[in-house]
Amino acid sequence: MLVRPYGDTRDDGIVQFSFTLPIAYSVKAADVGKQYLEKLGFHTVGIAECKAIDPEYTFYVAYGRTEVGIDPDEVKGDYLEVEEMDYYAINALIREKLGRKLNVVGAAVESDAHTVGIDAIMNMKGFAGNYGLERYPEMDALNMGSQIPCAQLLKTALERDADAILVSQIVTQKNIHVQHLTQLIELLEAEGARERFVIVVGGPRINNAFAKELGYDAGFGPRTTPLEVAAFLAQQVVRRRKGA
Amino acid sequence: MNDALRLNGALVDRARAAADAIADDIQQHIERHTTDTTERATLRLLGIAGVNEIDVPLVNVVVEQARELLPGGIMRPFVDLMLQTGTSAQQAAEGVAAGELALAEVRGERRAAAEARAEELAREGVARIDAVRRRRNELVAETGEAVKPYVYVIVATGNIYEDAAQAKAAARAGADVIAVIRTTAQSLLDYVPFGETTEGFGGTYATQENFRLMRAALDEVGAELGRYIRLCNYASGLCMPEIATMGALERLDMMLNDSMYGIIFRNINMKRTFVDQYLSRLINARAGIIINTGEDNYLTTADAFDQGFTVVSSDFINEAFALRANLEPWQIGLGHAFEIDPTKPDQVIYQIADAQLVRQLFPGYPLKYMPPTKYMPGDIFHGHIIDGMFNFTGIFTGQEIMLLGMLTEALHTPLLQDRYLSIKNAKYVFESCRDLASEVTFKPGGIIEQRANDQLQKAAEQLEEVREIGLFEALSRGMFADVKRDPKGGRGGEGVFALAADYFNPFFAALREGRMNGAPFGPAPGSQAPHAEGGH
Repeated sequence: MLVRPYGDTRDDGIVQFSFTLPIAYSVKAADVGKQYLEKLGFHTVGIAECKAIDPEYTFYVAYGRTEVGIDPDEVKGDYLEVEEMDYYAINALIREKLGRKLNVVGAAVESDAHTVGIDAIMNMKGFAGNYGLERYPEMDALNMGSQIPCAQLLKTALERDADAILVSQIVTQKNIHVQHLTQLIELLEAEGARERFVIVVGGPRINNAFAKELGYDAGFGPRTTPLEVAAFLAQQVVRRRKGA
Repeated sequence: MNDALRLNGALVDRARAAADAIADDIQQHIERHTTDTTERATLRLLGIAGVNEIDVPLVNVVVEQARELLPGGIMRPFVDLMLQTGTSAQQAAEGVAAGELALAEVRGERRAAAEARAEELAREGVARIDAVRRRRNELVAETGEAVKPYVYVIVATGNIYEDAAQAKAAARAGADVIAVIRTTAQSLLDYVPFGETTEGFGGTYATQENFRLMRAALDEVGAELGRYIRLCNYASGLCMPEIATMGALERLDMMLNDSMYGIIFRNINMKRTFVDQYLSRLINARAGIIINTGEDNYLTTADAFDQGFTVVSSDFINEAFALRANLEPWQIGLGHAFEIDPTKPDQVIYQIADAQLVRQLFPGYPLKYMPPTKYMPGDIFHGHIIDGMFNFTGIFTGQEIMLLGMLTEALHTPLLQDRYLSIKNAKYVFESCRDLASEVTFKPGGIIEQRANDQLQKAAEQLEEVREIGLFEALSRGMFADVKRDPKGGRGGEGVFALAADYFNPFFAALREGRMNGAPFGPAPGSQAPHAEGGH
């Protein structure tokens, strides 16, 4: 069934906008904003605010209506089944369902010297207003840093009896990341340790479908927040421990 | 406002006495050690800039080459090399980088000659910083001064030119201070990158060129607005004193420059950080730069309600270290915060109690008040109101540097319009509540007064405990921010050197000698403490 945005009447299609155009405010600025929204396909556009926020920029608050609808049942994809949770709920889930700290080891592997991704996810400070895994009281997170050989990552994960391994691959020249990622999975399989860990990969050229193809449990692409990774790890580890 | 809450004065004295003892103890460690970045900063103070053919800064090349000489300080062998080869500092450094010149231990009568010349060069280096400081004073007088509280916003596009455009827009919308966010993980680089940044990750590198470009943009918009716009960056991480040097030369006005942040949040070796913060702060003191400390971060790991007092005790420690590094009170922007949990009652009461407490404990200090982050929602409309309550508490309790919260805090680096909306929110609250505090009094013995005294007592007790066990041990027990750090662990520990008996670095004395005092502006409105005239 098609649905449309709901303003104050079913199917009225009302959408609220706020945006900035890089134009100086002038008498026609309101019409520029209005016609832009019309070009996007909205009608009955109302410009609620149109104001110079700088000599070169104009800020708009506006409303418009759309006829476009969407059928939620038609939306399909290879999604990560992660139930959205906040920081506190994730910690509570681990505390209550796992009954001990969730142990995570992460690294940028092999030749990759870039820690920016793994740091954003794991370090205390986190990324985009989201705290990193180190900050979760119910996680024991070790960020091994960059240029960690796959063998060393695996050895550390085994020694610490980790629940999960995070791999970051930023550098992708000549598809080197595919080689590294495959190497880790082969190593795990050779050690008979693949099933011991939830294994996740992240990086600018990674998506979930691609990661699964390589034998990972999940793949996280650009703009992933620590919260998403934390929620996935908590849910997966809890689910697996329950099954075990 | 300074006696609005009846605080237990004996507890204030106990807290300050304990913080003094804690800092004195660490100061002994500081004065017996140097670090590679301290020695590199020394070379930068001589005017050395630039990189070699593989982008390694010349100061790193020189210091690496002379690693075994560092316990005696880089100055004597370096200046001796200049004298022997008749080169300038820059030429000598280039010669070392090219493998044509090498540093060696200085013996015999050459020592006295090198030392005498080094002392002259140190005075010249410091004179360059003084000239920049004088220029700031002139510009503030010519351009006009902002009304406190300063509205402080960040730019973080990763492209310095884009940052400059956004900074100008923010200034036109009412911002008084622009902080340029650094690219992720610069704090862990053991060198300072060179040149402009156009593709940073969540920020730009703190480089001298980026500093220069942003300074020019802010001067331009400041002249247009009739209001001097201050520039802020980060003298933090593994290169604290080097970045302070660059900031001093490029007329930054504020620096995030905490004595413990790097240890706690970046896992930088603590023995190194305490040494590094000292020279960085001496430089900031000389340059007339206002430092900002980062206690607000504690409450992102620890709970604001239960652990708020750790912010207060850390403020006392940061104050004690700052005074030991020659900073005047008007330069010491102690940081604090309170993370409102919107699901709990009476949170604004506690927010006010903690903010008013810090205000009264540090009169005459330009306190930096940090916005809500921890509980900021994706619902930007709700977030905008949480920020409004923060702005209210800030103006009501007389905070001087307000880092504005952004309605999109939880989402992304601020959009142009986010900054505009945030400033509009703040200006509305500040102007409509500017005189509110002088119209009301706190209920004696009420929740606010009780909370403030309770926090003060816990802070004093914590500081006395830290004094007993020492700050290294306190940090290893996780007494701040719930983060535990090993005194032997962390990054950069290999760059710490015990001083030899003949360690020589004339900058430490030159930075203290005959400095200008006073701010480039008068006392803050309502501030009762006169700005202290710092000693020589």
